[in-house]
Amino acid sequence: MYDVAIIGAGVVGCAIARELSKYDVDVCVIEKEEDVCCGTSKANSAIVHAGFDATPGSLKAKLNVQGNEMIANLSEELDFPFKAIGSMVVCTKDQDIKDLEALLQRGESNGVKGLTILSRNEILALEPNIADDVTHALFAPTGGIVCPFHFTIALAEHAAQNGVSFFFDTKVNQIEKTDEGFCIHTSQKTFLAKILVNAAGVYTDEIHNMLSQNKFHITPRKGEYLLLDKSCKDYVNHTIFQLPSKMGKGVLVTPTIHGNILVGPTATDIADKDGVNTTSDGLSSIAQKASLGVKDVPLRFVITSFAGLRAHEQMDDFIVGEASDVSGLYDAAGIESPGLTSAPAIGAMLSEMIVQKLSLHKKNEFQATRKGYVHMESLTLEERKEKIKENPAYGNIICRCEMISEGEIVDAIKRPLGARSLDGVKRRTRAGMGRCQSGFCTPRTMEILERELNVSAFSITKSGNDSNILCGYNKQI
Amino acid sequence: MIQTSYADIINKSKEDMDMQSYDLVIIGGGPAGLAAAISAKESGIDKILILERDKELGGILNQCIHNGFGLHTFKEELTGPEYAQRFIQKAKELSISYLLNTMVFDISPQKKITAVNHTDGMFELEAKAIILCMGCRERPRGALNLPGYRPAGIFSAGTAQRLVNIEGYMPGKEVVILGSGDIGLIMARRMTLEGAKVKVVAELLPYSGGLKRNIVQCLDDFHIPLKLSHTVIDIEGKNRVRAVTIAQVDKNKKPILGTETRYTCDTLLLSCGLIPENELSKSAGIKLNPITSGPYVNDHLETNIDGIFACGNVLHVHDLVDFVSQEAALAGSHAAAYLKGNEVNSNKRMDILASGGVRYTVPSTILIDSMEKDITIRFRVADVYTNHTIAVYMNGSLLQKKKRPVMAPGEMEQIILTKEMINREFANESAISHSPHNATLTITLEEV
Repeated sequence: MYDVAIIGAGVVGCAIARELSKYDVDVCVIEKEEDVCCGTSKANSAIVHAGFDATPGSLKAKLNVQGNEMIANLSEELDFPFKAIGSMVVCTKDQDIKDLEALLQRGESNGVKGLTILSRNEILALEPNIADDVTHALFAPTGGIVCPFHFTIALAEHAAQNGVSFFFDTKVNQIEKTDEGFCIHTSQKTFLAKILVNAAGVYTDEIHNMLSQNKFHITPRKGEYLLLDKSCKDYVNHTIFQLPSKMGKGVLVTPTIHGNILVGPTATDIADKDGVNTTSDGLSSIAQKASLGVKDVPLRFVITSFAGLRAHEQMDDFIVGEASDVSGLYDAAGIESPGLTSAPAIGAMLSEMIVQKLSLHKKNEFQATRKGYVHMESLTLEERKEKIKENPAYGNIICRCEMISEGEIVDAIKRPLGARSLDGVKRRTRAGMGRCQSGFCTPRTMEILERELNVSAFSITKSGNDSNILCGYNKQI
Repeated sequence: MIQTSYADIINKSKEDMDMQSYDLVIIGGGPAGLAAAISAKESGIDKILILERDKELGGILNQCIHNGFGLHTFKEELTGPEYAQRFIQKAKELSISYLLNTMVFDISPQKKITAVNHTDGMFELEAKAIILCMGCRERPRGALNLPGYRPAGIFSAGTAQRLVNIEGYMPGKEVVILGSGDIGLIMARRMTLEGAKVKVVAELLPYSGGLKRNIVQCLDDFHIPLKLSHTVIDIEGKNRVRAVTIAQVDKNKKPILGTETRYTCDTLLLSCGLIPENELSKSAGIKLNPITSGPYVNDHLETNIDGIFACGNVLHVHDLVDFVSQEAALAGSHAAAYLKGNEVNSNKRMDILASGGVRYTVPSTILIDSMEKDITIRFRVADVYTNHTIAVYMNGSLLQKKKRPVMAPGEMEQIILTKEMINREFANESAISHSPHNATLTITLEEV
């Protein structure tokens, strides 16, 4: 029997697991996909929000600002990429500057530091490509960007390193409340746990409603994005939001931590909780709206488009805490934007509640830091030379676009909770994430997975389940 | 195969490595790189090094196991690997050095090259001249803005070709192909021969992007329908492709409502254009032509950077490897002349203007004082043209006219001008006191 079972290995589930791993407690994470970071955590704006957006007094406002303050330290301790590049909300000549000032006030009452309003000239000095109609901007120096994959993977690896068990390809089918806690029936086996944490993203309502009479409903709200080639790297230097207007929320244009430019998202409520398809309407609406904040966004350099689902709850706030009618069931639900930013704070908040509930004690052997991945690109010439001397596989380039070596891919597979699929390798190393979108490296990465996992080429998948790449030998299909 | 044991990699060029300095470094050991190296060596350059990122020479020809290569060069039909082998053999006979599994990271404008491989680690080389022969890559799904899911089963045609022809693996059973580029057409036949069902080839444009002979031999002969002015409007399948919906498009390439056809399938192959791989060229400060995405070059195939030449698909995407080899041989001999200091310093330049349906030309400039006897100008047209002539004007006066019954964007065109023809025009002009320094050559299409 586990003390705590967490359903969902997204950024929230992993943050909770990692907080709990500081204590003397037996924790498992149950995930229906083959890897961490497979749902909402992998497909979002990858923004660390400053916190001026949420309604003062809401959980979103509180946890956003807390999470923002935690991430810089966390990125040091857990060695994942984060940059506080600052963000701007731009106001055009057709919009009311009072709305911008109201946003500043809201931010200040939420506790966001350093907010200022910039004039057009001040904006131009920072962002030469700002749209011609932009007159003012709210500037938030604490806004940032993060690698959502490495953020989640770092939390998960750190939790695993400190004793948390992860179970992948394990889908929860049914849960019973028992005297001791919960009996969780899954596609693999049955888990017993005293405490159940529901961090199942867009599926949190299904998990919660299996046990509680106070039901809630999660609507998957789709957001589509366009990602531009690294050659557009310097087109903007900050996250550029548009001031929401009657016309809608607008789209953001932001650098990503890897030096691409990301444009999006749309917002469409859908019924299908796996409906991560892009649509022609969505993609063209991003293209249309992009130019309202930043002029002539170079959309001919799009290398990929994708969609993610926000877990929207109708009360429009996070639900974090113990269910009122089910003792020991803790929800982290409705975690839509600013969920990525808030994740560390959600983790801390829920873990504190569970620590009290179970009267847990900190353990002595907690390892406070984690060593991140070797990224050859971030090393100096001398360091790279040294690294290749140690292990020649670091000199064998597999992904030509992102210049990722065989050594880095092998590392990604060999790590705790290592990659088992092409997408798993991609999220960890960026192999296949470049401008050719894995055209060249797919067969080579497959060979490495085959060799390192000692499996047949036919069992290698893009992202687990039935996403097999190959269907047979020539003439044998 | 990925090398698992590094100890047994025999490095032919190890001795040369320590010298760190070469007369000529060729980036890429595919058909362009091989022909350029051979030509430079035969023109008397000794210290040549080819840097190849793959585990063998020959480039993408190695996976092109169909025949039809070499009709112009060898007057016989070879497969891709056979065609490559003739050049590899020749390069070996000439003892041209090469490094395999070697990725170039950077080329500086001063022609310093930074590269990496697993035997030598990171290393730097100095070159007196460089020929860029990096080839091209395929346009991926993301760049096409195709809506739908992103499951397994979406491959660029070249990736599928590698899986089938090199690894012996089938990437799918029921196939829809978007784009009628040559690799897509070849793969339609190839997948069919290996037992897959190719249901349709959809092409966004009103004409095919591939060679006529490939449409006949790869689609018509296998009763595979080609739907022109069609595109993919939806991809279904959360894990593996389950179905693809295509629709007809209007003149603005927008899908027309009510023309949708849904094909159940497990695979979508993309053959939607090739993009010259010029990331290294950019780092060297080479100016690129936005039409070709390749460098601007003069008639010596030299870029704007002194001593850096370009040829093959990195310069502009070709249909036939024979023309790649020809172009590369020219680049090789000019690089040799440059290294020997034989190049006449030409102040007189003549720009070539592509107009009236001619999209671009390679070269884009001619150095008047050092012209070859014949100058081949290659280009592509913007649309399908029937009964047109290719007309060449020099400062407004007609130099040459060549009638062509059909021209299409999928087939590269070429015209050959002679030095004599151009000089004669200069002589005429100086008679009427035109300044030869401002000469412009205009290549245009005219209705018959």
